[in-house]
Amino acid sequence: MSDLTPSQTVGPFYAYGLTPKGRAHWDPDGTYSWKETVGDNLITPDASGQKIHITGVIRDGDGVPIPDAMLEIWQADSQGRYAHPRDPRAPNASFKGFGRSACNKQGEFGFDTIKPGQVPGPNGKLQAPHVVVCIFSRGMLRQVYTRLYFPDEAANATDQILALVPEDRRHTLIARKEKDGVYRFDIKVQGDDETVFFEI
Amino acid sequence: MSLIYPTKGLIDYPKHLSPGYKSTIKRSPSKPLIVVPHTLSELTGPVYGHNAIEEGDNDLTKMHKGEPLGERIIVHGQILDEDKRPVPEVLVELWQANACGRYVHIVDQHPAPLDPNFTGAGRTLTDKNGYYKFVTIKPGAYPWGNHHNAWRPNHIHFSLFGHSFLSRLVTQMYFPGDYLFPFDPIFNSVPDEKARNRMIATFDLENTVPEWALAFRFDIVLRGREGTPMDEEKH
Ligand SMILES: [Fe+3]
Repeated sequence: MSDLTPSQTVGPFYAYGLTPKGRAHWDPDGTYSWKETVGDNLITPDASGQKIHITGVIRDGDGVPIPDAMLEIWQADSQGRYAHPRDPRAPNASFKGFGRSACNKQGEFGFDTIKPGQVPGPNGKLQAPHVVVCIFSRGMLRQVYTRLYFPDEAANATDQILALVPEDRRHTLIARKEKDGVYRFDIKVQGDDETVFFEI
Repeated sequence: MSLIYPTKGLIDYPKHLSPGYKSTIKRSPSKPLIVVPHTLSELTGPVYGHNAIEEGDNDLTKMHKGEPLGERIIVHGQILDEDKRPVPEVLVELWQANACGRYVHIVDQHPAPLDPNFTGAGRTLTDKNGYYKFVTIKPGAYPWGNHHNAWRPNHIHFSLFGHSFLSRLVTQMYFPGDYLFPFDPIFNSVPDEKARNRMIATFDLENTVPEWALAFRFDIVLRGREGTPMDEEKH
């Protein structure tokens, strides 16, 4: 027992309230248009670092794409600093590090962002560059968290969070480089090659 | 301020797999979640810019030319942490069905009328006391096909941010005395009765505005409690 207000599913109908372009999707005439609260393009004009695109498809236990999932990402800037008061280092410019993406009918999501730098981990050792990913969907009574890591990063070998993941499942957390600056991160909610989810 | 985030309280959250709610069967992780220590990546979270919020975004009855049909209500309360301290200046978003139980979302094909004067989405920031307020219309119940004669109790969907990315919460606010509670697998996915009841707003006569609108109070408790820096390290 605690005093927490329990989580409930986001349901199937949140898009017009929460997601970027969520209204444009179902309301092509723009009758209900308003400013987005949170977008899927995190890049601010003054942010330094490598511009990247992250894309992927989220699938259920039958391998069927989940069109009504919503993804949120949280990440550091290119120098490994979070835009948050708990990170004592001043953040890079106006880069906020937070984004939200709806999925299309094919269960596909996408973000434009900056490749994050390394942030301190337990015992002050640096973690490998990563993006925290939070997933909401109809059929999920609470959100699930995972992490996206980048391929070809020497730091992956010493990352203390990756080290907690059984070796045969670690690959589910490592995005694939599709071409320069484009990373694919497919998510499987359940079954063979199920993405690793974290309890945090 | 230094916060720690115990995981014990999560026992009051629904299980990922809750077979009464059929969609959870294929959409819940089947392998155990991996418990990780809280690093800077988990202990920080989006600090919301105020730029997108516009005046009136918290009044769902004034977003169109005319007034929406239905019972006008005030929904208000405080966002608190586990020590019951206010969480100031965080984004609160809500969305809901109209008075007839219909969402404007294109996928909602419930044959109840749409209301041209009601979209059903709003947002606001909490003030320095963690307080928020919306004016809206009481949403209707609607059928949802989970099982024979499945109807959702009246509810408003809420999305909230706390002090960190792990205190992020999406929940639903219910109305007191709903006769559909015993039959709703989503409401009942929360195992503990007291915890379930924390999702039910209380009727608030004191803040009800005479000749205008009933008020409902809905306080929301997010993860996070006060800790010493040492506690935090242990975590
Ligand atoms: Fe709903």
